[in-house]
Amino acid sequence: MTQLNMKRIYLYSKFERFWHWVQAVLITLLLVTGFEVHGVYTLFGFERTVDLHATFGISWVILYVFIAFWLVTTGEWKQYIPTTKRLLEVMRYYAFGIFRGQPHPVQKKREAKHNPLQRLTYLGLASVLIPIMLGTGLVYYYYNELTMNDLGLVANLHVAGAFLILMFYVVHVYMTTTGHSLTAHIQAMFTGWEEVEDESQVEDWERADKVDNVTSP
Amino acid sequence: MKQQWIHAGNAWCALLTLVVLLSPGLVRADENAPGRLMARQATMTSHAPITADHSKFEELKFDPVEQRSFKGPEVTRACLGCHNQASIQFHKTIHWTWRDPISDPERKIGKGGLTVNNFCVAVPSNETRCTSCHAGYGWKDKDFDFNNPETVDCLVCHEQTGEYDKFPTMAGYPAPWIEDPENPGRQLGKEFSSGKVFYAPNWSEVAQSVGRPDRTNCGTCHFYGGGGDAVKHGDLDSSLSNPDKHLDVHMGDKDSGGQEFACIRCHTTKAHDIAGRIYSNPAVMERKSLVENDLQPKIMCESCHTDSPHAAQKMNDHTDRVACQSCHIPTFARVKPTKMWWDWSKAGDKDREPVLDENGKPDYVKKKGEFVWAKDVVPEYHWFNGAMTTTTAEDRIDPTAEVLLQWPIGGRNDPNSRIMPFKVHRGKTPYDPVNNTMALPHLFPTGKDDTTAYWKNFDWRKSLEHGMSYAGVPFSGEYDFVETAFAYPTTHMVAPKDNVVQCEECHSRNGRLANLAGFYMPGRDRVQAIDYLGWAGVAGSVIAVFIHGLLRMLARTRREG
Ligand code: HEM
Repeated sequence: MTQLNMKRIYLYSKFERFWHWVQAVLITLLLVTGFEVHGVYTLFGFERTVDLHATFGISWVILYVFIAFWLVTTGEWKQYIPTTKRLLEVMRYYAFGIFRGQPHPVQKKREAKHNPLQRLTYLGLASVLIPIMLGTGLVYYYYNELTMNDLGLVANLHVAGAFLILMFYVVHVYMTTTGHSLTAHIQAMFTGWEEVEDESQVEDWERADKVDNVTSP
Repeated sequence: MKQQWIHAGNAWCALLTLVVLLSPGLVRADENAPGRLMARQATMTSHAPITADHSKFEELKFDPVEQRSFKGPEVTRACLGCHNQASIQFHKTIHWTWRDPISDPERKIGKGGLTVNNFCVAVPSNETRCTSCHAGYGWKDKDFDFNNPETVDCLVCHEQTGEYDKFPTMAGYPAPWIEDPENPGRQLGKEFSSGKVFYAPNWSEVAQSVGRPDRTNCGTCHFYGGGGDAVKHGDLDSSLSNPDKHLDVHMGDKDSGGQEFACIRCHTTKAHDIAGRIYSNPAVMERKSLVENDLQPKIMCESCHTDSPHAAQKMNDHTDRVACQSCHIPTFARVKPTKMWWDWSKAGDKDREPVLDENGKPDYVKKKGEFVWAKDVVPEYHWFNGAMTTTTAEDRIDPTAEVLLQWPIGGRNDPNSRIMPFKVHRGKTPYDPVNNTMALPHLFPTGKDDTTAYWKNFDWRKSLEHGMSYAGVPFSGEYDFVETAFAYPTTHMVAPKDNVVQCEECHSRNGRLANLAGFYMPGRDRVQAIDYLGWAGVAGSVIAVFIHGLLRMLARTRREG
């Protein structure tokens, strides 16, 4: 790997790290309990697992409200504005370049934490998949109060979404190992500081407008 | 607000104060389940105290010698001397008429009518045997006078000595006094074919003992339906005379933590009319608790427990669609085996020896055919709105399928229906293949010269011809046996909360409710395509990242090496 000069940049604010990890824990627990509800295995027993799942689900709903509030008020949502620019390059990097030890085509920067592929993925997640899970989960939870005639549609959407979440989970965890060292990305999510190669400038198209709002250490 | 919000809220508070995420949802508060408290309050007052001691009444002090000639109505006459409305009231009830009081009389529903079951099939022409469970004296044939106040049997329901027995084949009369020639003044007793010896009651003692019916009074008949202890219902047998709480939380004795309820605690009674489900009529038409209407019978669980009895909201979410019994009666016939199968077509084989099953129950009786008994049986579950179908000997049947002689009415789309447990008794029962009706056998011989009774002559054709003509139902002369099913709601033998049916017994792929279609149930149902695609996608992701990682490792070692 080409050893460029490394520099430490502060990428993830306290609250961001907090919500990330709580969300990670909640999703893990939701997957574990959700698939038990689905009848894949027995772990806590149906009664407990339903109770736990709903408790974690509601916790996540609450958390998500805070996350959304944070994204809006800090302007961080702009980090997720999708772009196709250099998307292909990024894909090519993960398909080929990474094996040749080439540098990542899009560097992480304070103003642009996510590469175009991440932006698309996280945008899809935060604006489609997670809302679907929260929405169907809440409907599932309030099924009785809503006096719906049948659960089928909601439950099946919820299950389909759960599979997508699980797929994302697998790939996401793997991708954390693709930093300049195996644990670099994970460390960054704990400390907030990420070591990046000190080589390029942030290009204008990548720049989030209100970077000032991002909390400093 | 639902509990999980509170739990999640608590969890967040805990988290924010840097305590580890905890889930108080696991703390169970069943001891104080609201439904329990409600029911305790609803049953707190005891019955009105008795204001008369019957042992002090001269009218009930019969001459010890004179009473040897009593048959029963003599005592009733004494009762009516004071209780002059009792027979008038009682004559109106189903316990007297054995006819459904609500359905169209033309349909003749009721075992005093033409209703057919798949046990001993039907009453007409077999009265002398069947009416040993009639609360009356002398219903020996269709000429019985239903208007005679003195043939009401007050004692069978009210006596408390436990020594009053009606002789099984004497149309409701107890055994007569037969003097023992060797011990003058003593009874010889009258022997029943089972070997049991019956004695004439000491009428004075029995009459003076009267009180409100307890479980054994009702059980005299209701525990022995179908011709023997535990045969018929599965949830009603003599084990409920003295049950512990484990067998039934309501009837169980106080020492074991039960409530010692008599039947009439829930089967509340107005003027001798006892609340309960009757043929096609539900026990009650509306689901109301005593809080909503304190004059209604206490016959439903919800009457006392309300429709949100659990501390856990998720459980209360079930009560609109799942009857309490479905979870709270995990199995029936928990003490005594009950009959599950009765094949009349095998009857009459004098060479066949009965084989005893593991509970000591015979698989064969020449008079009756082949049986299967079972103990601790998991019920069948069906949608049920409180009403059942009934089949009479005049109804057309379809012999190409199992004939559902008595079957729950209800469905998933009927808002009044709930999922209810049932004992289903199956078997093969005689029918008329030309007229496509069930056929009524004349089973019990009326006397020594009876040439048609099956239990004497073992000739089906003669037996059915007589039974049908006696009942006035057309019979082609042809007969065969058809598979039948007869369902009974399972509602007694309510288990303590620790023994309730666990969630996964239904919320699982092949659970108790596997047969109920038409709705989505978590843990049981899935769309197979979603599961296949989902797991394929997950497996694909795992394989992809594994290969990607492996390639990275290889490429790296190659570059560095
Ligand atoms: C990562 C997110 C989540 C995953 C992976 C997930 C997964 C699952 C799965 C696989 C099931 C079983 C569905 C079935 O077989 O019918 C389930 C059930 C359920 N989920 Fe989720 N879920 C998630 C989020 C949520 C959320 C946010 C809620 C909101 C409260 C929620 C509420 C429920 C409820 C109420 C049930 C039904 C349990 C029951 O009452 O039987 N879930 N979930």
